[in-house]
Amino acid sequence: MDEVMIVALLVATLRAAAPLILAGLGELVCERAGVLNLGVEGMMLVGAMVGFAATLTSGSVWLGLLAAMLAGAAMAGVFAVLTIGLAANQVASGLALTIFGVGFSALFGAPYQSHPIPGLATVVFPHLSAAAPLVQQLLLIDPLVWLALAAPFLAGRFLDRTRAGLILRAVGESAEVAHALGYKVMRIRALATVFGGAMAGLGGAYLSLAYTPMWTENMVSGRGWIALALVVFSTWKPLLLALGAVLFGFVTIAGFQAEAWGIPLAPNLLATLPYLATILVLVLISRDTLRLKLNAPAALGKPFHPAG
Amino acid sequence: MLSRRTLMLAPAAGLIAVPAKAVTAALRVAFVYVSPVGDAGWTFQHELGRRALDAAMGAAVRTSFVENVEEGADAERVIRKLAADGNDLIFTTSFGYMNPTLKVAGSFPGKKFEHATGYKRSVNLATYSARFYEGRYAAGVLAGRMSKSGIFGYVAAFPIPEVLQGINAFTLGARSVNPKATTKVVWTSSWFDPGKERAAADTLIAGGADVVTHHTDSTAVAQAAEEKGVFSIAYNSDQSKYGPKTCLSAITHDWSAYYIRRVKAVLDGSWKSIDTWGGVKEGMTKLAPFNAAVPEAVRKEVAGVMAAIGAGTRKPFAGPLADQDGKIKVPAGQAMADKDIAEMKWFVDGVQGKI
Repeated sequence: MDEVMIVALLVATLRAAAPLILAGLGELVCERAGVLNLGVEGMMLVGAMVGFAATLTSGSVWLGLLAAMLAGAAMAGVFAVLTIGLAANQVASGLALTIFGVGFSALFGAPYQSHPIPGLATVVFPHLSAAAPLVQQLLLIDPLVWLALAAPFLAGRFLDRTRAGLILRAVGESAEVAHALGYKVMRIRALATVFGGAMAGLGGAYLSLAYTPMWTENMVSGRGWIALALVVFSTWKPLLLALGAVLFGFVTIAGFQAEAWGIPLAPNLLATLPYLATILVLVLISRDTLRLKLNAPAALGKPFHPAG
Repeated sequence: MLSRRTLMLAPAAGLIAVPAKAVTAALRVAFVYVSPVGDAGWTFQHELGRRALDAAMGAAVRTSFVENVEEGADAERVIRKLAADGNDLIFTTSFGYMNPTLKVAGSFPGKKFEHATGYKRSVNLATYSARFYEGRYAAGVLAGRMSKSGIFGYVAAFPIPEVLQGINAFTLGARSVNPKATTKVVWTSSWFDPGKERAAADTLIAGGADVVTHHTDSTAVAQAAEEKGVFSIAYNSDQSKYGPKTCLSAITHDWSAYYIRRVKAVLDGSWKSIDTWGGVKEGMTKLAPFNAAVPEAVRKEVAGVMAAIGAGTRKPFAGPLADQDGKIKVPAGQAMADKDIAEMKWFVDGVQGKI
């Protein structure tokens, strides 16, 4: 194993983690406001499809990303109307949203299959042509990965250090109290949900515009569910979520690397490693039940309707 | 159960079978697909066969298909429904349909069934598959000629005989022109996950592979190679769109002639429950057109290998064949029997990877 391989491993890990971080953070903020949206997979798929279609039609990746965020937000908007406006069951509505997203993206994405596009360009740093080739390779990361690396810090800062973040958390802890204090619970929850949808759309678009620049049906392949699991895994903390996503990405990529180097490990064992690691960390976290209880938003999944 | 997508699409495309009044004479043929048709991949190749059947037989047959049918209990319901709806011949095109097809065939003795890649037959259930490994061998020769490093990357889904045959044949083909060639194998444990296939290909390329190939269903490997500027050899369908500069060719399967032949056999009453394992000779395994990057001499050589395989003068699994530990599995002067090929569970010398 030489330096080139280590850098390749690092870059590949970050690329694998980016969609999980983006979608996971959106869900985290949404859950912190007390809304459990199981539709992440569906919103990612629709984001991936719409982002790809918009890029292909407009020729601009940036417009594609914007369209993907709008599409994800629109999906979340439907969810918000159902669960916040009409107080429908969040679990059932979220599952329905995923099933809807799978079908919708497949149906309307059909004409866009097998149109290769140039993916999202990597950020070019001027003045770096003289830098060591290794550093250059490390910096060959597309802008969305940079965003995914910065976003957990921004989200953490927003939730813990701003007034708006405090209000959002209050709504997620006790909607009644927040309401009594005069905050517009339903509006805040709807905004958090829509933000979650936009981030899921962005995470999906990362897959169809940067990771594997193409659209094929069901290309998200369960990453939405992993993003959901990471939110619990992180005990609703943005930085831990990013760490979890990177760990998950690392174990997946390291498994491939081990095979490519000829380290004799059974492929079935390697395939289970990311999930084993996730279960292990979950077990470690849940040993401390108090901590889990303290961190989980108390009003998570509970519909709220202002009385009177 | 039909998938949601099928339910939405079927009425639009006129796929839901209407009672056959005007066309009582037409033979009704149905196809069951494991994934959406799309425009590349395993199911797409079967769909091309169905379309060719339609074009060749005209009013004599009426075909229909159900796509995206999950393997398992749901498959039985779909197949049963197709049989009950008056289809005379039903092709089920994925390995996991084996037991459901067998069951339904038992309940409809008057109908005929054909199951792809399986091994269970009955009086009205035939099986068919293609020797993909023959194309893989020729692809190995192509890779061996085009590679500078002599290291190949192979993104594979699951260690089942069909996949192992391909990896071994590819390596043997490459070694026939470069005895030092090695094939590095990475398993994705999924037939279809573009992200994983992409990551696996990236890893192999970073590890020095300058020709990559795959036994998975997406186009991610060809795309990764194009981006990194190394060669790829695709599988299932021509993927030159995804690798205009680097996708050298593709191992494809063509079911058109087979489907037409079997339908004709039903029409003239000669249909029997048999097992067909066709390859280059039968036109079931083919190579897609070569990329402009392939020099004339190499094209000729690879075409020659394909022709020799078709003529039976060159057998991909001819001895001497040693496994990874150097143990002789097939002695010199012998070729592996079909039964042993079908049950292959080991890697030849030159493959780096573990089953």
